[in-house]
Amino acid sequence: MNAEELALRAQAMAERAMALAMEARAAAGEAMPAIEHGAAAAEPFLLLLTIFLLACFVGYHVVWSVTPALHSPLMGVTNAISSVIVVGAMLATGLGESWLAQAFGFLAVTLAAVNIFGGFLVTRRMLAMFQRKG
Amino acid sequence: MSHTLSTLAYLVSSVLFILALKGLSHPSTSRRGNLMGMIGMAIAILATLATPGMRAGGIGLIIAGLAIGGGIGAVIANRIQMTSLPQLVAAFHSLVGLAAVFVAAAALYAPQSFGIGTPGNIHGQSLVEMSLGLAIGAITFSGSVIAFAKLDGRMSGAPILFKGQHLLNAALGVLLLVLIGIFVATGGPTGLFWLIAILSFALGFLLIIPIGGADMPVVVSMLNSYSGWAAAGIGFTIGNLLLIVTGALVGASGAILSYIMCKGMNRSILNVLLGGFGAEAGGAAAAGGPAQPARPVKSGSPEDAAYIMKNAGKVIIVPGYGMAVAQAQQVVREMADLLKKEGATVEYAIHPVAGRMPGHMNVLLAEANVPYDDVHELEEINPEFAEADVAYVIGANDVTNPAAKTDKTSPIYGMPILDVDRAKTVFFVKRGMSSGYAGVENELFFRDNTMMLFGDAKKVTQQIVQALQK
Repeated sequence: MNAEELALRAQAMAERAMALAMEARAAAGEAMPAIEHGAAAAEPFLLLLTIFLLACFVGYHVVWSVTPALHSPLMGVTNAISSVIVVGAMLATGLGESWLAQAFGFLAVTLAAVNIFGGFLVTRRMLAMFQRKG
Repeated sequence: MSHTLSTLAYLVSSVLFILALKGLSHPSTSRRGNLMGMIGMAIAILATLATPGMRAGGIGLIIAGLAIGGGIGAVIANRIQMTSLPQLVAAFHSLVGLAAVFVAAAALYAPQSFGIGTPGNIHGQSLVEMSLGLAIGAITFSGSVIAFAKLDGRMSGAPILFKGQHLLNAALGVLLLVLIGIFVATGGPTGLFWLIAILSFALGFLLIIPIGGADMPVVVSMLNSYSGWAAAGIGFTIGNLLLIVTGALVGASGAILSYIMCKGMNRSILNVLLGGFGAEAGGAAAAGGPAQPARPVKSGSPEDAAYIMKNAGKVIIVPGYGMAVAQAQQVVREMADLLKKEGATVEYAIHPVAGRMPGHMNVLLAEANVPYDDVHELEEINPEFAEADVAYVIGANDVTNPAAKTDKTSPIYGMPILDVDRAKTVFFVKRGMSSGYAGVENELFFRDNTMMLFGDAKKVTQQIVQALQK
């Protein structure tokens, strides 16, 4: 096999590779809209449900690692963070699409705020007692 | 703030909330954890305030609400006595429940704020989520109000039972599901929304009244869980990730605490929820009481106890809710300090269901400046009773009853107990010979190595302290 023959073969192979690449790109181009369509069709609900279930597992593992001595502060903290519902209340109040929604939103903001401040502060008070003494 | 940015901010908040719970794995990291929770909440609130389309008037209302609620919350948190912690938590749960109801109502009247449709034309799926958030929130509210009233003594702790109770609850539950079905099928009429709310309030009320006062630790944990599920339900309704994640965390936490409490009493959650435990057992004890002849017990004076304890090498104190009622934790710690000066090792043994909420006793001891290294959980301390010279049982009863291990007919059979009977001498501080909450006589009172110290928990301990100081 002389050098010329080798060069020709290499060129032929390169051309073939090129053709294959073009084909692959075309196929990908065809597939892309289909993938995008699929993602859009997958309900946002399923995404939220996935996140919800994963968060349940995270909660399960994190809470088992909490020392039993701090179970009361745990209730204090969970109480405070469950008031994150304030986010929904604030949107209803702030966007003001209807006065009734705004009124309910305002009440919910106030109730949740009692919980947020009360929950975190009472937990802080409890935890301050668990300082190592002496 | 753009949608992407606010979603990122909510993600940061979620992570901070997880770290807040993680911090509670040890007292030394717990304060930093609580701080992270606060920062997470602040980020969530600021990100929401920066949502595009917020009106100035609306923002004013929000800030007013935050200031009013926050002020009330701060004052309550600083004034509350640690013994009243369980009722405070119950009251707070009721607020989360009611807030969930109001947010669901706001979503019903202004669905466009949350991108779930227009008034009278809300997406079917959002209606399902909305009604679930509403129902769980309403049940959490009225259930927590009853739990609060029972814990705070505004209502008798005795179970309220009537014929056909469970049948009525089951029927209401089915009716609730049917109404939710109609609500979704008819496109969410407001009248039906409020009917679901009222029915859920009634159901929450009826579910908690048959549960006895001493089962409230389970109820409080369970309502903690419900408040989380309510937040998650609202999160699904308005499509907010932070609410969903936080709701799941809180829901899981409350469920685990309920499980731990039930295991501590060897009862299934269903058994607790069906209720009536205190009433039935009390009746059985009253019926069986007179037939038994009075058995002799050994009783002693605080001076006798002080003398024995002075010569003890190892003392284990077993506090129960009675100690908290008598406000004796401070003087118990004084006694422990004196014994330590005499060269004894002093430790505290805590049963999972001591106190009125999970971990309550630990907080009360911490408040009395008991070092947390001296306080041990059941599994940890039980092997040590055999080496102890003295077990000092103050305000606890059923959790020390050996009948839980030996007597298959006892209502508390199978409940894990603290093995105080293995100690050389057991002191039982008690007002009289009455049985505990479960209505069972404690075998321990009649053992040779038990000495009863009759009287008020605080006074008896004070007298021991005086005798030790001599």
